[in-house]
Amino acid sequence: MKFTISWLKEHLKTKHKDSQIIDKLTDVGLEVESFENISSDLDNFKVAKIINAVQHPNADRLRVCDVDIGQQNIVKVVCGAPNAKKGLLTVYAGPGSVIPKNNMKLTVSKIRGVTSYGMLCSESELKLSDESEGITELKSSKYSDKIGKNFFNNNTVKVIDLSITPNRPDCLGVRGIARDLAAAGAGKLKSILHKKTKKEGSQNINVSINKDKNQGCTIFGSCLIKGVTNKESPKWLKEKIESLGQKPISAIVDITNYVMLDLNRPLHAYDADKIDKEIIVRNSKKGESFEALDNKEYKLDDGMCVISDQSGVLGLGGIIGGTRSGTEFKTKNILLESAYFVPRSIRKTSKLLNIDTDAKFRFERGIDPQSVETGLLKASQLISEICGGRVSKFDIQKIKQYQNSEVKFNISLFEKITGLKVKENEMIKILNDLGFKVSKKKSEFKLKVPSWRPDISQPIDIVEEIVRIKGYDNIKTIEPKKNRLHETLNKQQKLFHFLQRSVASKGYFETVTWSFTDSKINNFFKENLKEIKIVNPISSDLDVLRNSIFSNLTFYLKKNLDRGFKDVSLFEIGPIFKNNQPGEQLTVIGAIKSGKISRLNWNEKERSVDIFDVKKDLIQTLIEAGYDKQCFFIRDKSPTYYHPGKSGSVYLDKDDIDPVAYFGELHPNIVKKLDIKTEGLVGFEIYLDHLKDTKVKLKDQKSNFEYSDYQKSERDFAFIVDKNYKAQDLIEIISSIDKNLIRSIKIFDVYEGENIPDGKKSIALNVTIQSSQKTLEESDLEKINKLIITTVETKSGAKIRS
Amino acid sequence: MPDIKKIKDQYLTKLDNNLDIESLNQIKTELFGKNGQISNSFKTLGSLPNDEKKKFASDLNLIKEQLQEKINFKLQEIEIKEINSKLENEKVDVTLPEREINQGKIHPVSQVIDEISSIFSEIGFSVEEGPDVENEHYNFTALNTPDNHPARDMHDTFYLDNNKEILLRTHTSPVQVRTMLNGKPPFKIIAPGRTYRSDSDQTHSPMFHQVEGLHIDKDINMGHLKGCLNYFIKSFFEVDKIKMRFRPSHFPFTEPSAEVDIGYELKDGKIIIGEGDKWLEILGCGMVHPNVLKNVNVNPDKFQGYAFGIGIDRLGMLKYGINDLRAFFETDYRWLNHFGFDPLDVPSNYRGLSR
Repeated sequence: MKFTISWLKEHLKTKHKDSQIIDKLTDVGLEVESFENISSDLDNFKVAKIINAVQHPNADRLRVCDVDIGQQNIVKVVCGAPNAKKGLLTVYAGPGSVIPKNNMKLTVSKIRGVTSYGMLCSESELKLSDESEGITELKSSKYSDKIGKNFFNNNTVKVIDLSITPNRPDCLGVRGIARDLAAAGAGKLKSILHKKTKKEGSQNINVSINKDKNQGCTIFGSCLIKGVTNKESPKWLKEKIESLGQKPISAIVDITNYVMLDLNRPLHAYDADKIDKEIIVRNSKKGESFEALDNKEYKLDDGMCVISDQSGVLGLGGIIGGTRSGTEFKTKNILLESAYFVPRSIRKTSKLLNIDTDAKFRFERGIDPQSVETGLLKASQLISEICGGRVSKFDIQKIKQYQNSEVKFNISLFEKITGLKVKENEMIKILNDLGFKVSKKKSEFKLKVPSWRPDISQPIDIVEEIVRIKGYDNIKTIEPKKNRLHETLNKQQKLFHFLQRSVASKGYFETVTWSFTDSKINNFFKENLKEIKIVNPISSDLDVLRNSIFSNLTFYLKKNLDRGFKDVSLFEIGPIFKNNQPGEQLTVIGAIKSGKISRLNWNEKERSVDIFDVKKDLIQTLIEAGYDKQCFFIRDKSPTYYHPGKSGSVYLDKDDIDPVAYFGELHPNIVKKLDIKTEGLVGFEIYLDHLKDTKVKLKDQKSNFEYSDYQKSERDFAFIVDKNYKAQDLIEIISSIDKNLIRSIKIFDVYEGENIPDGKKSIALNVTIQSSQKTLEESDLEKINKLIITTVETKSGAKIRS
Repeated sequence: MPDIKKIKDQYLTKLDNNLDIESLNQIKTELFGKNGQISNSFKTLGSLPNDEKKKFASDLNLIKEQLQEKINFKLQEIEIKEINSKLENEKVDVTLPEREINQGKIHPVSQVIDEISSIFSEIGFSVEEGPDVENEHYNFTALNTPDNHPARDMHDTFYLDNNKEILLRTHTSPVQVRTMLNGKPPFKIIAPGRTYRSDSDQTHSPMFHQVEGLHIDKDINMGHLKGCLNYFIKSFFEVDKIKMRFRPSHFPFTEPSAEVDIGYELKDGKIIIGEGDKWLEILGCGMVHPNVLKNVNVNPDKFQGYAFGIGIDRLGMLKYGINDLRAFFETDYRWLNHFGFDPLDVPSNYRGLSR
């Protein structure tokens, strides 16, 4: 909402300085977006005349103009505007001027080899309008004797731009803003004096509001003004309209806009002669269409509130008028509309048709239903003053009565909510100033809510009104208490934070990527999960919720590889989505690693990353999170986006149904399709939701400390097993032979090839044997030795290698 | 009777010379070998008369010990020398680079979430979470933002169905609703998490992070709200003084509502928080609207309190001097390395929030 200080002062009698007004606006909850003082640097802008314009020697689109800037000064200016012609009166900005639009400071500069002294300005550069095609054209009748004079008046225009929250439609008019300021002690609200205008005749175009279902119009007020002469607005009105960055159109349109900006009372003017017999306010029928003032043809659905005549739709009530009945300069008779449209209806229609207009914005938020007549009065008066014409009696059609709503307010609620003491009298004054009618009954106010405040319906609204006017600064700060209701983090949250840092500590960079992704990449990783489309994606390549973290990780990996990085380790912890209902999501860590280990290393042999790199990081992370490695179980099953032979899954326990993690090489076909060029690409995923709660706290997990000082013995074994036989099984067989004696098992060699039969491999293990009761004798060791060999051979079909 | 004194003097002198291991061994043989001089001297013992025997034996033993000791000393000396010269040859260039260790990093958003949690933990808040996919009811209606309310336009919502019933949450406020529906007052929670709006430019990204705060009890008023946020902002920015401004504003789910600005100034292009006369909006808050409390079965006549929502990414940008919001989500290895945190840097109250 833009307005000028001078306009504000038409409603507010104040001695406050501009800066005080700005502060006050902020204090009462009217957020100041900007305050522009358009005067300061404007003396450099002169009325000037192009006395010659020739083609620029080095540029087709540029001209070199000789410009008369007064006092017999002629300067050369290079100009790109197509309308820069000899004889044109325009606005010249000399070196040192600051262009209002972009705050660019002009200097003398060479443009394609020709020196340009200053610039000729477009209306948009001067912030006069949005017109940016060509330079400003000034009427010679008005400006020919003003060459060299300042273009801008000394009257400085001070424009305030407010960001008005949706609950405050009343402040979409200057008067509403003035009222708030007055209530907050920044002046006195002036009363509106309406001159009596003579009303001649009745409004003889019949208006009817159909009693349709969900009729979007409840009041339609109108008057006829006959015999007007539409023309350009007078200077004061033009300047008002221009000061807000709008372009004046004609007196009639400008007046309706002015009243709207002044009182937040939208109006619409029809060319009465273009109305076919009568006005019918009704619901639209599917298939009806009309051409709106934005020059677009709209096809309507059932049940939209339209203003029509016998020939059809004239406009969408409260949203946009139609071209068929629009006013023009030659318009003689006008019908002025001042109506009330139901916010819900406005919102629904404008959403369906995707129309956004100033009127729509206002009606959607709620216009004062009691301002119908005031609007007609103010506008008709101005029209008859400026354009002449005879104003008819007002015709007000209503299908609903609007009473001021009432609120009962328990006075003690104020201190209870705000912690602030305010005297009753002060409360009453604030409320009165805001337009409330207050009567006190014991400990209660009975309040009549002003009709322009649709946002107020219950006691808490009254608390807000009083406290915002009184000022939030007056609320005393109460130091926070340190009492705690629950532990800060639950176990799952602790796990989240722990795993996050645990993975990062293994050399991975944490990233945060969108929860959505490109469906084309997602398809590689979604397995049997449902694709979850976003109806209105921000772009076509972010069109689905991610089913896996890998889609984004691989995408950004590629970007980093393209940046020249080779050995990249990335991870993200966050949601993946199983379906589109709330809660159908899992928290997952996805990590990938590319390139080589020890690349270009002077003392270590470089090699490509492989599955055992990520397996190490994964297993170690799980161990650090408090899970018992002794119970882990690895299977070679994994999602299809992993290399079928070089991937696996981790179960916390052999009997678990859900794996807690996958790891392995990414499927070479996918890597190829994603055009990722790297020596190796491996990754892992941890499903936090599958990680069982460890139940007991660490302090209760620890068993007694027992150790043995008896001599340890180590024995090496090599077994020949089938090629697909799993080392994990071998270890399990051996370790379960005698848990009291077999302390640890290490695989130190896996070998296939010479001396080993086809389809077989040799696994060599080192077994540590130690008793907690005695020093083992050779015969004991021999016994366990034999037991290991026979057990392994019987249970696994392996043969000890001789 | 051999002149053992002479032998002794002769060999002690010899042993004083610079000897290598061979010559030393040679001397050893000469003295103690099968026909060594000392060995031979011992052999003469038997032929000596008894009265001389004892003294001679005693002298001889003494000399033997002396010589042996000297030889051992010499031997050690040579060994040390040899080791030293061997070590001299083993010298490496210590300026060569160490073996590689890959340093991981924690994303600034995660770090800031941990900082925030740590601060609120100190004043008794616990952490709650909610789903990223929400239904229209939890995200809007229950929060006093009915359909056809213009406030819905302020949120550019991503929808997952054509009926606009399922969506990506536009704020963390639905966690308030879920928390209150699932429990009984009092409530004292924060809820950090991902939020989504279909908006994308320099200062907006379609996904961002918020932290919701909610404190409901019998007598929690706006003074408590001010106190809580004042404490938080001061702790977060790790400054003693902070200029804060509570401005009335409007959110459908709180009333009275406020936006909070903090004072700052620009010094050499960097934002200095807590000084200066410029204002920066950092959060929205207010007293939970009675309609919201009713919607979650909390009696607004008995319970009241405040809620707030803070943009996490923005806090991070301000604290750590990050200019571009969109860079947070672009996974640029250089950026992650530059702005990322050491995983060991866990924000905590007793060790300090940041290093």
